[in-house]
Amino acid sequence: MTEQPILEALSICKQFGDVRVLNNISLKLGRGTVHALLGENGAGKSTLVKCIMGYYRPDDGQLLFEGREAQIVSPEQATALGIGMVYQHFTLIPNMSIAENIVLSRPNLPAVINWPAEISQLEQRMGEMPFQFELRRSINSLSAGEKQKVEIIKQLLLNAKVLILDEPTSVLTPTEADEVLDKIYQLTRDGKLSVLIITHKFREVMKYADDVTVLRKGEYIGSAKVADVDPEKLAKMMVGEETLTQAPSRASHKNRRCVVQIDKLTVNNEQGLAAISNLDLELYAGEIIGIAGVSGNGQKQLTEVLGGQRAPLSGQLRVNGQAFGASRREMVEHQFYCLPEEPLRNACVANLSVADNIALRKFDSPAFTSMKWIVKRKAIRDFALDLIQQYKIRTAGPEQNIGALSGGNVQRAVLARELAQALSVLVVSNPCFGLDFKAVADIRARLLEARNQGTAVLLLSEDLDEILELSDRFFVISGGQLVYQTTPQEADLQTIGRYMGGH
Amino acid sequence: MENDIGLWSVLIAVLGGAIRVGTPFIFVSLGECLTEKAGRINLGLEGNLIMGAMTGYAVSYLSGSPWLGVLAAGSSGCVLGILHALLCQNKQVNDIAVGIAMMLFATGIAFFYGKAFIQPSAPHLPSIGFGNWSSSPVIKAALDINVLFFLGVALAPAMAWFLRTTRWGNAVRVVGESSDAALSLGMNINRVRLLSTMAGGGLAGIGGSYLSLYYPGSWSEGLSSGQGLMAVALVIFARWNPMNCLYASLLFGGAAALGPALQSVGINWGYYLFNAAPYVLTLVIMIAASSAKGTVRGMPGEFVK
Repeated sequence: MTEQPILEALSICKQFGDVRVLNNISLKLGRGTVHALLGENGAGKSTLVKCIMGYYRPDDGQLLFEGREAQIVSPEQATALGIGMVYQHFTLIPNMSIAENIVLSRPNLPAVINWPAEISQLEQRMGEMPFQFELRRSINSLSAGEKQKVEIIKQLLLNAKVLILDEPTSVLTPTEADEVLDKIYQLTRDGKLSVLIITHKFREVMKYADDVTVLRKGEYIGSAKVADVDPEKLAKMMVGEETLTQAPSRASHKNRRCVVQIDKLTVNNEQGLAAISNLDLELYAGEIIGIAGVSGNGQKQLTEVLGGQRAPLSGQLRVNGQAFGASRREMVEHQFYCLPEEPLRNACVANLSVADNIALRKFDSPAFTSMKWIVKRKAIRDFALDLIQQYKIRTAGPEQNIGALSGGNVQRAVLARELAQALSVLVVSNPCFGLDFKAVADIRARLLEARNQGTAVLLLSEDLDEILELSDRFFVISGGQLVYQTTPQEADLQTIGRYMGGH
Repeated sequence: MENDIGLWSVLIAVLGGAIRVGTPFIFVSLGECLTEKAGRINLGLEGNLIMGAMTGYAVSYLSGSPWLGVLAAGSSGCVLGILHALLCQNKQVNDIAVGIAMMLFATGIAFFYGKAFIQPSAPHLPSIGFGNWSSSPVIKAALDINVLFFLGVALAPAMAWFLRTTRWGNAVRVVGESSDAALSLGMNINRVRLLSTMAGGGLAGIGGSYLSLYYPGSWSEGLSSGQGLMAVALVIFARWNPMNCLYASLLFGGAAALGPALQSVGINWGYYLFNAAPYVLTLVIMIAASSAKGTVRGMPGEFVK
């Protein structure tokens, strides 16, 4: 690249307490290019872009914008310079309209806002935008994909010259992801926009990026032109030399025994609207059933009903032929266990120790009590120590609060707890979300192992690749209904994408 | 015929009561509305109200000017609001708990300094006699309307306009709807909440001065009967909309005037029962507005988490 880069980061260092999060990271974003920032969770990608956006002050290093040194101390200032960012967790205000969201994010807003004039101005500029929206629509009424698009046009309307996208496709269907990235790619071709995209999906890097920079554990590993690399090389750069757990091969089961029957289940969400309507589903022993779909189509409510965290409005839930109300007694009786998403929030007591959390399922069982009432601390500790070792949970000790563990280790701890007994049903929701390669490989191997031993596994995941890898057959959920059924072998991405998008 | 007059005078008395008793509700509920729009709940407004009543009365007595009293009452409310906001800025501090503490604190302070002002009589706020054309004392009394009422009526649309069209007002809404969004826009969340709580506290203080300087019109320790707390329920009922706060305040005022109005036409049974009308209304509204499963429409997004 002979041309001067539009944005350049030079030997950025950042430390939080004693932890070096970024160590001498440099990055050059060429004008009119798409640059992928690749790395595992905890590699420092988000910290780096937050330094660029002015959220954090780097301890050391320099930022150059259009060739000049830039001291960016606040997101406002970054916006004024023409650097815009779309965060992974959207920052749109749900109770306001699209127009309000866009106008209010403008720097130098006048003291009194002339709404009609602002809206007609926006309407005039909408023509140049890659996505079209009725500006008066409320953010509440938008799907995740639409919100993503609104975030992008918001930045474009703010005249962003550099657009930073943090995992932009994690909430999109494959079709939507391609549409968004296609449009973004086209916008960069005339040189007016340059894009820095954080991702961990190789397919997107290979298809849409011009350059790629890889980080690992806060270190700069290297930059390359995408034309010169392949996914294998990128994976090696990201992971280093660690070896991953091999998943066991699929055992075949002869007699299919139906364990769980869900019959005409209807569940409401917080707003009192139907999140799941008339859902029928059967789970068989020794089979992983996948539920694929975009976030917010009823997966959360389904997990909550199965985990006993939400009462259904109507419908029948039967396990081994008996009505199942997800009480503690019934869970033990039917060996029915659940790993919800974000387990720290949904299945842990953050202020209790790792040992206590691991023992939550059975601290009151005979093995852990004397005279039925007195809990044996030592038994709990020994039990936890054993699982910590087996599941390679990285913790300062069984007494450490579980809230202090990293996401992957919380996930391992909860999975250890749920798998630590004979199991006939396991419900898991996004078990690998936000985890590094190693943890992902570990957890997927455990799930397959459970399946091979005859557990009926229900896997709800927003990661289609995960569904395709793990499930024996799977459904697509959309608008609270199972709209399509297929197997990984027969799956056609186009068709699945269409059903996921609700068409 | 006699019955007819009775019914009419009850209606007129309730209407007059809605205005007379409702006025402090307007100020307190608008103050609470502003505070909650910024994403904080200030349960301490009951304290602001009592503090405002005491300060207003004392300053009016000492200076001879009731308007100076109103100003002082507003200022005392602002100070309490600032204190609430500053306490809430600290990590791990709960705004509800701080609010209750502030309520007890302000009430205690007001009683302590107010001891000296229970006896003397301070100059009152002026009112305008819209009923002077009539010979009926009932109508005269009902249409004798205080100037602060008009201020409150003007304040509601002004606040709605402020929240909708001004930069500051929109900053308040953004901060109340989503602190994430506010951070990404580079807003200073604590400052916006501080100013909103301060202004809201000031309004409650002014509401308090109305109690001691107009109706009931003297300073005593039993002056406020929970209006500051009822205002919280009222804001929920009003769906965080300033115009609705105005209507709801009048409704509450009318309910509070029911007992005295019935007594004035000679219906004496159930006097205390009718006096409980605003509290019953509060309960009914809380139940009607609640939902076992969902969040209330219009609620600022920060409360949903």
